[in-house]
Amino acid sequence: MTTLTLAKALNEGLRRSMEDDSKVLVMGEDVGKLGGVFRVTDGLQKDFGEDRVIDTPLAESGIIGTAIGLALRGYRPVCEIQFDGFVFPAVNQIITQLAKMPLRSLGALKLPVVVRIPCGGGIGAVEHHSESPEAYFTHTAGLRVVACSNPADGYSMIQEAIRADDPIIFFEPKRRYWDKSEVDLTATGLPLDQARVARPGADITLLAYGPMVKTCLEAAAAAAEDGRDIEVIDLRSLNPLDMGVVAESVKRTGRCVVVHEAPVFTGFGAELAARITEQCFYHLESPVLRVGGFSTPYPPSRLEEYYLPDLDRVLDAVDRAFTY
Amino acid sequence: MTSDAPRGVDAPPELVQLLTPEGERVEHPDYDIELTDEEVRSLYRDLVLVRRIDLEAVALQRQGELGIWASLLGQEAAQIGSGRALTDADMAFPTYREHGVAWCRDVDPVRLLGLFRGVNHGGWDPAEHNFHLYTIVIGSQTLHAVGYAMGIQRDGAEAATIAYFGDGATSQGDVNESFIWASVFNAPVVFFCQNNQWAISEPLEKQSKIPLYKRASGFGFPGVRVDGNDVFACLAVTRKALQNAREGQGPTLIEAYTYRMGAHTTSDDPTRYRVADELEAWKLKDPIERLKAYLFKNQLADQEFFDKVDAEADALGKDVRRRCLELPDPEPEALFQHVYAAQHSLLDEERDQYLTYLAGFER
Repeated sequence: MTTLTLAKALNEGLRRSMEDDSKVLVMGEDVGKLGGVFRVTDGLQKDFGEDRVIDTPLAESGIIGTAIGLALRGYRPVCEIQFDGFVFPAVNQIITQLAKMPLRSLGALKLPVVVRIPCGGGIGAVEHHSESPEAYFTHTAGLRVVACSNPADGYSMIQEAIRADDPIIFFEPKRRYWDKSEVDLTATGLPLDQARVARPGADITLLAYGPMVKTCLEAAAAAAEDGRDIEVIDLRSLNPLDMGVVAESVKRTGRCVVVHEAPVFTGFGAELAARITEQCFYHLESPVLRVGGFSTPYPPSRLEEYYLPDLDRVLDAVDRAFTY
Repeated sequence: MTSDAPRGVDAPPELVQLLTPEGERVEHPDYDIELTDEEVRSLYRDLVLVRRIDLEAVALQRQGELGIWASLLGQEAAQIGSGRALTDADMAFPTYREHGVAWCRDVDPVRLLGLFRGVNHGGWDPAEHNFHLYTIVIGSQTLHAVGYAMGIQRDGAEAATIAYFGDGATSQGDVNESFIWASVFNAPVVFFCQNNQWAISEPLEKQSKIPLYKRASGFGFPGVRVDGNDVFACLAVTRKALQNAREGQGPTLIEAYTYRMGAHTTSDDPTRYRVADELEAWKLKDPIERLKAYLFKNQLADQEFFDKVDAEADALGKDVRRRCLELPDPEPEALFQHVYAAQHSLLDEERDQYLTYLAGFER
């Protein structure tokens, strides 16, 4: 076991993938000499060269569009979008081309492209640097969407994503980049599309992914002191969704709160609530509640502590779930 | 220029031309082409056959057998000339109008019709023909062509890509980004812009205040304008640009100056926005008529040859029609196929539920 930050764990995962397969490329803005603005690609260009770690022009559509072309030629590009809010110029290429090409070719083409996106708020940034755009992508057939929450998962999930033959949107919680934990560099980890019980519990289920897993674990620890036993599930994959793990948990606890940073309205939690209602109806003791961002643009940083779900807002929702 | 003036009728002076509209062979200081008599006849045959396929497709649409069709009428020389310049190892990235290039890459025309009939969204294997799928979102494929060319560089292969697009696409961000990427990475790509003067109803001056080929200089690579209705010039110019790309000299922008003789698609009505005089003037520059005149004048072909090509075209038209009508409608299960390369639990669940639901009607 080695203690690594999430950023370093991702870096090790990328390095391992590049060592294992010479077709793996890393491309994006400032990923080379600088090692990325979060240093996730630190040292890779030095070790693998400029042909495999490509500092690209400052054009996000160009990054994804040329990655598609490289994938068509047999390469496995891993694209870095510098910040969540900068993915939008690339959305045309992601939605109309990357997601659709396998179907358009009746299966003749595979596009093993990974799009890494640092996501979420909490770092005191200016506008466009703190967003949670996952629902745009989970709504697009042809894409797989995953979010890592901790160093061990980051290390294994990035390697699995690179090995996969489908295009994958890979969310990295930027405010957790510096969190450390033990990583087994010889472990393969869970399959990419499986959810993980991050903390077992009997009274209520919290569903989260990416940055909110840690928040939910902290809420569960606080609630335990009051005698409430909270189960926390880290979804890991949003599309496909591992409903087996979710439904098993909610049927057992009878209560569920979904937590994400993205706005609640038509957010990913709406899909979870609808599915849980359908699959666990006779087991529910209370409606599925949601905690998330408001129906506002992401606020200036001096307001973000009011916008982002925190331990208290999660526990408030847990309390409300027990009033039914 | 007033909006009613005929467009593109007077050939601009920078145009590379090797065959005049009257069928006269002319010299150009930078470009030449050596073709055997057989090769010239073969080019003529290609032009006639793709026009016939196009004609049949328009008829099929009018009869309700295709949902829509994007006609290449008038652009045959640009497509056959550039398409015949490609080697087997080169890779072409088309729009949705490159039926002539598809012909050069041995894609069965019925495959193209399948897309416009609504049987599938494409369905040929691009790697089998080195001809990518039709791309409908304007300009998106130019970035794919550059990325693929960057792959060729990394493979150390002797090949190039060609990206097709129209005059309207030159306003797209993706096309401009592809110019930048190709330039800074010195990618082996040829940008082949068919300037057919019209982006549906919008004339060229809505897209550009300078001739399109001059855009290239701002990106740091050469641009050339070729007579898009001259199959010799299109072949010569594209061949040279591809060879330069393969030899590591980077990208070239070719502006093939041509004219969309038909509607944008079968859903369009060009009488609402362009004058009849313009069409009449461009008819005199027809790519097939000028090559036919050249063949006649130089006694490279006789009436028997032309009759034979016409008969072959008619047979091809009939064959394409028959096989188009025989295309089976896809089964409902096809909705769920090929969305992902690997198994996807959500899709499996939806498919199983829906097929069970449908099966309920069959009892």
